[in-house]
Amino acid sequence: MLYIKCPHCGLRSQNEFAYGGDASVKRPELNKEISDQEWDEFVYLRKSPRGKHLELWHHVSGCRQWIKVLRDTSTHEIFNTYKSEEKVG
Amino acid sequence: MRQNYRLDKIGLVNREKKLSFKFNGKKYFGYEGDTLASALIANGVHLVGRSFKYHRPRGFFGAGVDEPYAIVQLYRNGETEPNVRATEQELFEGLEAKSVNCWPSVNFDIGAINNFLNIFLPAGFYYKTFMWPRSFWYRIYEPFIRKAAGFGVASKEHDKERYEHKYEYCDLLIAGSGPSGLASAYAAAKNGARVILAEDKPRFGGSLLTSDVSINNQSGKEWADNIITELKGMTNVTVKNRAQIFGYYDHNMLVMSERVTDHLPKSEQFTPKQRLWYIRAKQVVISSGSIERPIVFGNNDTPGVVLASAAKEYMKVYGVLVGKKPIVFTNNDSAYETAIEFKKNNINPIVLDSRQDSNSEIIKEAKSLGIDIKFSHVVVVAKGYKKVKSCDIAEISEDKQNLNQIKNIECDCICVSGFWTPTIHLASQSGGKTKFKEEIDAFVPDKSKQKEVTLGSANGVFTLEETLKTSFDKGFELSKEITNNNNSQQIPKVSEKKHSKHDKFWCVPLPKGKKYKRFLDFQNDVAVSDIELAIREGYRSIEHVKRYTTLGMATDQGKTSNLNGLQLVSNIENKVVPAVGHTTFRPPYTPISIGAIVGREIGKHSKPTRKSPMHNWHEKNNAVFVDAGVWLRPRYYKRGNEGLFEASKREAENVRKNVGVCDVTTLGKIDVKGPDAAEFLNRVYTNAWLKLPVGKARYGVMLREDGIVMDDGTTTRISENHYHMTTTTAQAANVLSHLEYYLQLVWPELDVNVVSTTEQWAGAAIAGPKSRDLLQKLFPDTDVSNEGLPFMGFVEANLFGVNARIFRISFSGELAYEVNVESDNGNFMWEKIIEIGKDFDLQPYGTEALSTLRIEMGHVAGSELDGRTIPYDTGLDGLVSKKKDFIGKRSLLKKAYNEKDRQRLVGVVPLDKKTSIPEGSHLVKDPKGKLPNPKLGHISASCWSVEHNNPFSLAILKDGKNMIGSKLYAMSPLKNKTIAVEIVSSHYVDPKGERVRS
Repeated sequence: MLYIKCPHCGLRSQNEFAYGGDASVKRPELNKEISDQEWDEFVYLRKSPRGKHLELWHHVSGCRQWIKVLRDTSTHEIFNTYKSEEKVG
Repeated sequence: MRQNYRLDKIGLVNREKKLSFKFNGKKYFGYEGDTLASALIANGVHLVGRSFKYHRPRGFFGAGVDEPYAIVQLYRNGETEPNVRATEQELFEGLEAKSVNCWPSVNFDIGAINNFLNIFLPAGFYYKTFMWPRSFWYRIYEPFIRKAAGFGVASKEHDKERYEHKYEYCDLLIAGSGPSGLASAYAAAKNGARVILAEDKPRFGGSLLTSDVSINNQSGKEWADNIITELKGMTNVTVKNRAQIFGYYDHNMLVMSERVTDHLPKSEQFTPKQRLWYIRAKQVVISSGSIERPIVFGNNDTPGVVLASAAKEYMKVYGVLVGKKPIVFTNNDSAYETAIEFKKNNINPIVLDSRQDSNSEIIKEAKSLGIDIKFSHVVVVAKGYKKVKSCDIAEISEDKQNLNQIKNIECDCICVSGFWTPTIHLASQSGGKTKFKEEIDAFVPDKSKQKEVTLGSANGVFTLEETLKTSFDKGFELSKEITNNNNSQQIPKVSEKKHSKHDKFWCVPLPKGKKYKRFLDFQNDVAVSDIELAIREGYRSIEHVKRYTTLGMATDQGKTSNLNGLQLVSNIENKVVPAVGHTTFRPPYTPISIGAIVGREIGKHSKPTRKSPMHNWHEKNNAVFVDAGVWLRPRYYKRGNEGLFEASKREAENVRKNVGVCDVTTLGKIDVKGPDAAEFLNRVYTNAWLKLPVGKARYGVMLREDGIVMDDGTTTRISENHYHMTTTTAQAANVLSHLEYYLQLVWPELDVNVVSTTEQWAGAAIAGPKSRDLLQKLFPDTDVSNEGLPFMGFVEANLFGVNARIFRISFSGELAYEVNVESDNGNFMWEKIIEIGKDFDLQPYGTEALSTLRIEMGHVAGSELDGRTIPYDTGLDGLVSKKKDFIGKRSLLKKAYNEKDRQRLVGVVPLDKKTSIPEGSHLVKDPKGKLPNPKLGHISASCWSVEHNNPFSLAILKDGKNMIGSKLYAMSPLKNKTIAVEIVSSHYVDPKGERVRS
């Protein structure tokens, strides 16, 4: 079970969180004309990298904030966690 | 009965306390502190079971967790448990155990015929044999294999025992209380670290219990006892025996199984049988020791062949002799301790040493005691069926290829030692790599991946002096990093015998012309010949060889067999062992009972149960409840002899005729507040929300980004910047997460807050033609006329002194209202409605009537919004705005979503107007069509229409729009039904929607 540092609450066990997928996906702006391909990429297509992955986790049984977690998908090492509005870098 | 193999004086068992027990129906005695194994051996019982494949007799091989043979069925306190290792089960008064894998008895086992047919049961036998004919699989092969598989039987009774889970945090978790565990625990604890020390066995000390060493002029055991006593007295230390750390998971979480009362005749009240500890440790010390490995020779699975270390442990810990005419067969010095121990107890062992010579301290001691040592000698084959009676021994050539002067000598046990294998399971489970250490012919942990360190013999260090030094140092160093304290301990003085080098010899060659079975894996009956066959057949990867031959796949997970298997594969392939590699170590290290894994989350504790504030009233009024997610809801209120059908029909009819009340507290409720709330709702829902006035409700549909309907419900504008959103019971949590996702991540610029208010409000739906009359009596001060409170209107009102919200919304198609009060007032509201409702023939109705009412009016719910339908499919396309953008809108342009014959919601009526259509039935054109019969749609929900008094169903049907009036068949192979049906409109009641507006 992962040990995730919620930037709001501190270190908590994984079972307090829900996984939210790739955090780098950006929703197309409302009312913007976009191609089928662009939309499909947003809705369906995700990279599944081996190694560093910036992902969303939702602290559902905690502060209910969506947070960003930089995690290694093969070793599960967590390098850093960020608040939703924080710049990653 | 006399314990013929019990020594008089030595051992740690309590001779004051005699315990009686039964094995295979026969009564025996042992002592407190015995294991079932030691007590049986003391009584001269060496036959405990039969092997898995060939049903060969099985005795004892080890004295602990590595035991591959002695698996029994245990009976305790009216319950039975399979797969119990006799070497680990402590004796208690009245213990009963039986042999497994034998019929009719362990002495005469019919399955043993496999032993003589073994030429037909080679590696991969099952894969090769049970392939054809295909039809035989279910009838013959599968039942046969099932019967033959497994050790013992699982109980079919409910397990009455209590199991618990515990979460713990510490600075240092130490797995194993041998010299390295004790030393590192002591050093760390004295330096202020919070320490948990776990020992799998009942006694602490590990190898110190049996080794002939002295530490600070004390015996190993005395030193261990003193350290443990001191540790137990420290508040920053938790010391646990009977506790196996069996899994190393991510981020330094380890799981430990504590056998709390397995060693007692029964568990005391409120004491668990076992406790599972989830431990998050800052640092982990793996001091799990090592396991002696066997040397492979002919019939080396015969009862009486035991590990030399186990023979020593049986003597020194339990005061029990595994035999009185022992052969000690070794390739190293450690087995001489066993020989010397025999000699000290007036038993004369013969030592066969595969090495040509050795003159270390311990061998000198053995010689001086007059022990018969034969160098360059090996055991060729054990003789005897149910117990070793003799063995053939031989002189072995220097290259270990040739056997000379084979002769038979009498013996009753063979104590074998092929050197030591570090127990690296936990280190490997942590994700760390392993490396092969040439000097010890075994793998040891390489670089740690997590915050862990492996010490002592688990790390391939076999001298006590070095073990204690590194362990004291490590314990201090690790604790210093955490506590910043600087209290180091003095490393004790050690005296031990120096060992000479072991011999890299592990398998005795077969004498010319002999085909003795030489076993590697004793539990799964995998012999040298099986591995040879697998490699001849082309299996190369060690993982494939393992699975094909089942080497190391039994319940002992190959603790004594894996390394010899690797040696064999590398020999045949002419590779070095590290090039072959080892199979993956996976948790659990030892079998863990299902009960411990489940813990207390059984029965009604397996999920939370949520009850509405009116629950007690429902209970008192004969409600029959149904699980709705985690909620308990009244399904119907039983009157007299009514069943579900009669009661729900009566309740639904009463709603259509008079008025009914339904507890709708379970609906999800979310408060949406903020200046941008209207804009937010406008983006979340498919329809327009910007112009909804205060005091009005609107029905809304929300989509996922892929265009699939996520949820529906009404949302009411309570005040300028305050909306009250409702969701379905099932989707409440998901919808809240969904809203938070968009507010926090996608549109953080919107000034909106959302919070769940599901539990803050109790709700009652009042539905039926008389509902307004009832409402007026409940709220005499409020204008609830059609003008005062029109359809989709909202008003705050006073219910006999209690604040209430009235929403004029309908789920039943009738004139209806929903009244909400704060949860604490829920029961008050309900009882008032029931009391005043009497004048209007009000009846409460449950979820079954609720479903009936919504189905026959064609209102979609979870069974239609099933995660596969878009708004068009469910007839909700009228609510999709063409003007504004919203979540999921772009997906609705997809070609497949706009096909002319796209599926759509329809009504379905059986032609005979009698036969109910099972939910899930498929709609087909031709009931006798060739399989697979093309499916046109499926029945999503069925009811007995109270309006028309005949069955009615909803269905999602291909080209549903143009299918009204057509005749199809509903087929349910599960219920074995084929029903001729007519497709009708989904609005079976009041298609113009006049009633709700009346």
